Amino acid sequence: MSLLALRRMCAGYDARNVLHEIDLDVEARQIQVVLGANGAGKTTLLRAISGTIARQGEIVFDGQRIDQLSARKIVAAGIAHVPQGRGTFADLTVDENIRLGAYLRTAAETRQDRERWLSFFPRLRERLPQQAGSLSGGEQQMLAITRALMLRPRLLLLDEPSLGLAPIITQGLFRTLAAIREEAGMTMLIVEQSANLALEVADSGVVLESGQIVLRDSARNLAGNDEVRRIYLGYE
Amino acid sequence: MTLFASQIVDGLADGAIYASLALALVFSYRSTGIVNFAQGEMAMLSAYLVWQLMQWGMPLVPAALVSIAVSFVAGALLYASIVKPLSHASLLTVVSVLIGLYLALNSLAGFIWTYTIKPLPSLFPKAHFRLGWFSISAETAGIIAVVAVVLLLLYLLFETTKIGLAMRGAASTPDSAVLVGVSVPLMLLIGWGIAAALGALSGILVAPRVFLNPTMMFGVIIYAFAAATLGGFDSIVGAVVGGLLVGVVENLVGTYIPWIGPDLKIIVALVLIFGTLLIKPDGLFGRRKVVRL
Repeated sequence: MSLLALRRMCAGYDARNVLHEIDLDVEARQIQVVLGANGAGKTTLLRAISGTIARQGEIVFDGQRIDQLSARKIVAAGIAHVPQGRGTFADLTVDENIRLGAYLRTAAETRQDRERWLSFFPRLRERLPQQAGSLSGGEQQMLAITRALMLRPRLLLLDEPSLGLAPIITQGLFRTLAAIREEAGMTMLIVEQSANLALEVADSGVVLESGQIVLRDSARNLAGNDEVRRIYLGYE
Repeated sequence: MTLFASQIVDGLADGAIYASLALALVFSYRSTGIVNFAQGEMAMLSAYLVWQLMQWGMPLVPAALVSIAVSFVAGALLYASIVKPLSHASLLTVVSVLIGLYLALNSLAGFIWTYTIKPLPSLFPKAHFRLGWFSISAETAGIIAVVAVVLLLLYLLFETTKIGLAMRGAASTPDSAVLVGVSVPLMLLIGWGIAAALGALSGILVAPRVFLNPTMMFGVIIYAFAAATLGGFDSIVGAVVGGLLVGVVENLVGTYIPWIGPDLKIIVALVLIFGTLLIKPDGLFGRRKVVRL
């Protein structure tokens, strides 16, 4: 059974529906990528799963219905959301951001996890006492991911981690994500607009268009699909 | 020289009172972006509560502690019943409601306890300590000490505890606080509770100096606004430094500039507010947020 299953899920803002009857399965220990143009509903999809916006339909996480739960309860259930624009606590230090990420964990778990994830992001270790708002874009993204991992989630939702980053930084970031998946068996659902780097580390993917899933396949097939290459990977 | 030094120390004691009320303003403002215009009147009610408890036979110190605890709950209730439901209302609506609350609380105190002034005993003995040529009253030393201890406790709460960190996170970036599992409304509720408790402290400290009456906080709240503005309104350190500065400046000006004297001292507060807003609107410690994308 898949770790996360969406059935006929609709979501939107106020009266406007952005997502129409989405069916989606995310398998445990896999990286699934959601491709789509601006406005296709990628961010809305992640927000609906993490409960930060209203949604209808069925969302089952690890055998438990979560579509009626508040955002805070969904966090407690084990879904960590790294929002677009990173959402770090700009006024707090890097170390405080990391510790606050473990708000629902015990002190012992916090100490242990902090060391573990900092070993994946050594740059952050040098920046611990610094204000998070003063970090570079890449460092902020690392911090946002570390903060999310401190929750000990079983599913990590990542909203355009590459946004505003240089390709070389993005490449390093995706490699680290792949390493984290290998070592921790973390399941990830990654939304991306620039897709080639994401597809390199993903297992499978879906293409979202005007709030509907129009294509689902393995990452390898998607990367080789002519239409996907033309529209999302920028090949002619 | 002795006069100068004693004016400074008296100024620090006044300033400590302004600082605790300024902190109350800063706490509500940092957590919810709302300036609680009724903060001073809530503090006045807290001071009246001490007097009432004493009338019922409770000794002063327990009465003060009970009043501070009740004020914490009242502040939390104010948030839950008025501020939170208005969180999506326009700023003008919120300000109108809080100014309405200011007037309502003021009248309520007059209705219950009448407008005749009442004495509230000081928490400190009427002694003086002599340190060589310098003398300091027990009250002055006591006020400074009490506020210093409270500041230390607040510092420990915010810098060393998990809930303190969560409160700072909820105040700084509420959207992200939700995503790490922090209950933002609960943190704001506690923030408004702490604000009311700090206000109560300022009311209890100032009441013995000005006598209990429904308008007793009027002078204090103006200085607290000056202190918070000078400090930068969203800075805890700023509120404290601002409060102490305002207290000292007010005392020195009242003593050394004859035409101002004790009667026109309040002008000092207004000049400080206008001056800060004109010259450095962020105040001494206000955050210019550093954000890189």
